[in-house]
Amino acid sequence: MKNKNLYNYILGIADNSLILGQRLGELCGHGPSLETDIACTNMSLDLLGQVRSYYQYAAKIAEDGRTEDDIAMLRKEREYFNVLLVEQPNTDFGYTMARQFLFDVYHFLMLTELEKSTDLNLSAIAKKSIKEVSYHKRFSSDWIKRLGDGTEESHSRIQTAINDLWTYTDELFHQTEADKVMVAEGVGVDVTKLKDAYYEEVNAILEEATLSVPESKYFQKGGKQGIHTEHMGYLLADLQYMQRTYPNMEW
Amino acid sequence: MSNKKNWPLWEVFVRSKNGLEHRHFGSLHAADAEMALENARDVYTRRNEGVSIWVVESKHITASNPEHNGELFEPAQDKVYRHPTFYDLPDDVKHM
Repeated sequence: MKNKNLYNYILGIADNSLILGQRLGELCGHGPSLETDIACTNMSLDLLGQVRSYYQYAAKIAEDGRTEDDIAMLRKEREYFNVLLVEQPNTDFGYTMARQFLFDVYHFLMLTELEKSTDLNLSAIAKKSIKEVSYHKRFSSDWIKRLGDGTEESHSRIQTAINDLWTYTDELFHQTEADKVMVAEGVGVDVTKLKDAYYEEVNAILEEATLSVPESKYFQKGGKQGIHTEHMGYLLADLQYMQRTYPNMEW
Repeated sequence: MSNKKNWPLWEVFVRSKNGLEHRHFGSLHAADAEMALENARDVYTRRNEGVSIWVVESKHITASNPEHNGELFEPAQDKVYRHPTFYDLPDDVKHM
């Protein structure tokens, strides 16, 4: 592969959306109300749509005969580079929205920068995705406020979810080796520079939602290197089941 | 009890193109107007169906009673002269 760094860089972005999309897809038919069920699966489809563009591009760069489906479905756990945040389970609707919110704020900031990439493919994908992600952010921020400023029960549940998931937020701003090379080439986004804006925005919404900002000093990391939490294996088993059981099947 | 568990019902109207009127698309549940708009976006306009959405809580719609259909609608049926069907339209006039 001529450009391994670009390939890895694309996977780093795409895997976040693939895994979060899979998590949201699990809610199909299981959402708390018909309307939120459809909303979550809509967001899942938005993310999968974005993922296709990234993997098609990655497949072109890989030049090893693999298709977008092979890249999406047939890697091993350690070959997925998504952040730990997006693989966390849908414990309850509070966790689902907290995970979504904590990712959406980052995702929006990242895509805004990616749109300026010197790589025209990535810039075009970012431009297309940003409208969808802007809606995701609006939807999840709204729910954080509703749940936080809702009943005693909803307040305590969303606070618990935010507290639990907070430990996965710092990883969003870690750079991999591929990231550094791509940033230097003007292709990649320097995520370390997004951190201040991220916490400023997140904290403001938490405050509006009458929630307290967690004061964790210890953060989890590893996803970007392929070292995942215990939930990832189960998620991949679901995601990959069809391709593993019936290799090369088509829909 | 049911009021606490269920969100109120909302009616959704979508304008599919500029220049056309808003048409009734269906209904949904939501806690307030803002949520109703977001839900309408997800339930009814995710395939590029519209350029504008209205939502109104169903309880604010006053509906006619089907039992009164007689007095509301039937008087018109036997008065053909109320319908403009006796004019010859020039061929050039379309869409009348």
